[in-house]
Amino acid sequence: MENVKAVIEALIFASDTPLMPEKISVILSEVEKTEIKEVLDNLVQEYDTRQGGIYLQEVAGGFQFRTRPELSQWVKKLKSTKPHSISPAAMETLAIVAYKQPIVKSEIESIRGVDVGAPLKGLLEKKLIRIVGRKDVPGKPIIYGTTKKFLEVFNLKDLLDLPNLRELKELNQQQDLLEQEIEEKEKIEEDIDL
Amino acid sequence: MDNEQTTDNEQATNYAIKLDIFEGPLDLLLYLIKKNEIDIYNIPIALVTEQYLEYLKMIKALNLDLAGEYLVMASTLIHIKSRMLLPPPEEPEEEEEDPRAELVRQLLEHKTFKEIATNLGSRPLLERDVFTRAAVLPDEVAESAGDEDVLIEVSVFELIEAFHRIVSQTDKKELMEIDLEKLSLTDIINEIMEKLTVTKNLNFEELLGGRKDRRRIIYTFLALLELIKLRMVKAYQTSNFGVIRIFPAVES
Repeated sequence: MENVKAVIEALIFASDTPLMPEKISVILSEVEKTEIKEVLDNLVQEYDTRQGGIYLQEVAGGFQFRTRPELSQWVKKLKSTKPHSISPAAMETLAIVAYKQPIVKSEIESIRGVDVGAPLKGLLEKKLIRIVGRKDVPGKPIIYGTTKKFLEVFNLKDLLDLPNLRELKELNQQQDLLEQEIEEKEKIEEDIDL
Repeated sequence: MDNEQTTDNEQATNYAIKLDIFEGPLDLLLYLIKKNEIDIYNIPIALVTEQYLEYLKMIKALNLDLAGEYLVMASTLIHIKSRMLLPPPEEPEEEEEDPRAELVRQLLEHKTFKEIATNLGSRPLLERDVFTRAAVLPDEVAESAGDEDVLIEVSVFELIEAFHRIVSQTDKKELMEIDLEKLSLTDIINEIMEKLTVTKNLNFEELLGGRKDRRRIIYTFLALLELIKLRMVKAYQTSNFGVIRIFPAVES
C-alpha cells in the first residue's frame, strides 16, 4: 500500500480523541506496526517543518492535530469556551498528585502545609484527577491519581513525559543520601559517576 | 464632598479584607527565607521565628483569617528554637539530628513542587493555548451547557427524603416477609455501577429493579451513599422535589 501515510493522516484528522497507534493497526491490519510508527514520526516531522497553523502532537498515548500555541490569541476568539482556570493552589495540588501518585490526601497536605480538600474537589470535578482506590491503613484513606484527560490537557505523551521527573527523583536521592550521610561513602561516589 | 470622603474612609476601615497572601505557613517561611537571602540548609531559626511571628501579628491586625496551620508552624519554630538552645548531650549515643532537618526537608519539597506547578502551568494547555478540531471536550459539553441549567446536584438530605418516600410507598405486608436472600453491600455497589455503564443515568426506583423489599431498599440506599462519598456517582435532579437521577461520575 503506497498511500498509507494519507490514510493515517485522514484517520487522525477524523478521530475525536487522540488516535492510538494500536487502533490504526487494527484498521490497517496488513501494514506492519513498525511501518505505522515510522509513518507517524514522519507526519509529526512534516507538520513541524511546514510551520503551519496546526501540528501533530503525541498525547495521552495517541496522536492528535492541535493548533500551534503561538496562535492561541486568534483561535481563542473563535472559541466561546471558558479557558481552563486552575488556581495556584489547585495547580500545586495537581503537581503533587501527578508526580507522587498514587497518593493520599494527608501526604499531599504534608507537602503543601495546608488543607487540600477544596483543590482536590475542584480537580476531581475537572476530571484531572481520579480516585484510584483506598489505602489499606486505618481510616481507609482515598488514593488519588491523574486521569487520561490530565495528559490531554497538559499536552503529555504519558506520565514519564512529565518534565523534571528525573530531576525530582535525583533530588529525592540526594535527600536520602543526606539522611544516610557518611554511612556508605562508596554509594555517593557511584551516584556522582552517574 | 468632604462628607463623602469621610464615609468612604470609614467604609474602608470597617471592611474586612480577606486575601490569600500566602498559600499556608510553608509558603510564608519560603518567602521569609527568600527575602532575607538565607541559606535554606542553615536557617537562622531565631531570626526566622521572630519574623514569622511578626507576620502573624500583621495578618491578625489586617483582620485576615488566620488558619490554624499558621499557629502549628509557629509552635514548631519555637520548639526548634528551644531545642537549638539546649547544650548538646555530653556523650552522644547516636548521631543527633539537627532539629531543623525535618523542616528543611519539608521546605525543600514544598519549594520543588511550587516550581513544578509553575512549570506545569506554563505548558501549552488544551483549550487555553492549543485547540483541537473537536470544539470542546465531550464531557465538558454535557457539564457546562446542559447540566448547569437543568440539573441541580442533590444533597444527602434529599436522598434520604427520597429513600423515605420509597419505603413508605412499599406494601406494608411485603415488609413483614422474611427474606432469605443474602445481600452484600459490595455486590449491590457492583450491580449499580454495572447498571450505570449500560444506561447513562438511573433513578432510585430503577436501581432497585422492581425488588422492593426493605433490605434491598436499605442496601441500595447505603450503596448509593457510599458511591457518592467515593465520588463514583453523582446525584442530580431537574427541579426541587423532582426525580433524583444517578449519573456515573467518571466515564470508564
